[in-house]
Amino acid sequence: MSTQLPIQEKEPSSTTLVAALSIAGFLSGIIIIAVYLATFDTIAENKARELREAVFRVLPGVSQMQKLRFDGEELVVAPAEQKDDEDTIYGGYDDKGNFVGYAIASAGPGFQDTIRVLYGYQPAERKVVGMWILESRETPGLGDKIYKDAVFVANFDDLAIDPQIVTMKKGTKSAPNEIDAITGATISSKAVVRIINEGHAVWDKRLPRPGAEPRLAIVQPESEK
Amino acid sequence: MASSKHTAYEEMIKGLWRDNPVFVQVLGMCPMLAVTNSAINAIAMGLATFFVLVGSSFLVSSLKQWIPKQVRISVYIVIIATFVTVVDYVLLAMVPAIHKELGAFIPLIVANCLILGRQEAFASKNTVKFAIMDAIGMAAGFLLAMFALGSVREILGEGKLFGISLFGDNFEPWVIMILPPGGFITLGLLLLLFNWMTERKQAFVAQVAEAERSKAS
Repeated sequence: MSTQLPIQEKEPSSTTLVAALSIAGFLSGIIIIAVYLATFDTIAENKARELREAVFRVLPGVSQMQKLRFDGEELVVAPAEQKDDEDTIYGGYDDKGNFVGYAIASAGPGFQDTIRVLYGYQPAERKVVGMWILESRETPGLGDKIYKDAVFVANFDDLAIDPQIVTMKKGTKSAPNEIDAITGATISSKAVVRIINEGHAVWDKRLPRPGAEPRLAIVQPESEK
Repeated sequence: MASSKHTAYEEMIKGLWRDNPVFVQVLGMCPMLAVTNSAINAIAMGLATFFVLVGSSFLVSSLKQWIPKQVRISVYIVIIATFVTVVDYVLLAMVPAIHKELGAFIPLIVANCLILGRQEAFASKNTVKFAIMDAIGMAAGFLLAMFALGSVREILGEGKLFGISLFGDNFEPWVIMILPPGGFITLGLLLLLFNWMTERKQAFVAQVAEAERSKAS
């Protein structure tokens, strides 16, 4: 049943070869563009939903959110469709539209690769109220406990940020600004803390004084759904 | 190589056991060792490879008359890369959680020598029907091996299978099993088991043949 290719005796011209590759590349390009367009909306939606869930998780009591952007001088409300950059954070508001806290994304090197952390910050009490790992490639079984270990994550639910967060050996935390590290994943634990401290160092001076936070804009396309 | 007495069924079944791409041909080791730290990751990777291999084999064997011999490898790679990109986007849209875990390894399917190997050794020389059967068998054999490795490593390394705890809280996970050395250890032991079984089977066949001959004489 095997149909061996007949041995091509004459060398095909370079034009034939170039044409064959060009056609293959062209068709491949069309297919990839089609798939990209077909999945684009779902992917964007997934990412937005993931982020929204993360914001709600790191800021307890929040039911509405909006994008805030530091424009070089002050924090202003940014349109929801604007692309996120490192000057973008999220403001969380309760049912009545009262300001609850900020969700701030910060990134830095972990044990394997960059870790991206989203943390909830209440400026009035100067407290971290939640932490969520947006992206990490930490070692499965050890470093990935920074998001799989509920006890470690709970460290960040009520954590004083001044003078800065300190990582302690497991079971030895005593002050409100200390957290218990994960046994066997000290580097990853310290990385998360360092990333939050660095994020705080950048944002502390950018945020307006408590009470002067940007108000919830009325047009809120994300909560209309 | 397929000779005329082979049926399509045999082409398919050979990849599962006799010519298993992992345990016999020892191909596709990168994903084999890298993403088998849990059963679900292993299966997702196996299925992604399945789709790419079957799709590429189909295209390569249907287009083989039009692919000039001199640029065939480049054309195969373009075809394979197209399927891999499709898988990448589809996984990202449908199962973002799995895509997050496999992320870096999906684009590497392009470089999986199992896939290019089947195009060069089989799909480019056989009819569409046989090429698809061969691809299904090989991909299923790969999936089987991925699942074997992934489940062993997850059970020992985390005490779980598909995320369900198996041994209760007193089990101390063998963390090394989900780290890279655990992949090598498990693969080595499975290869040992596979070779031992093959050897025993051959000895048994020889024994039976011997007995038949002495009975006949």
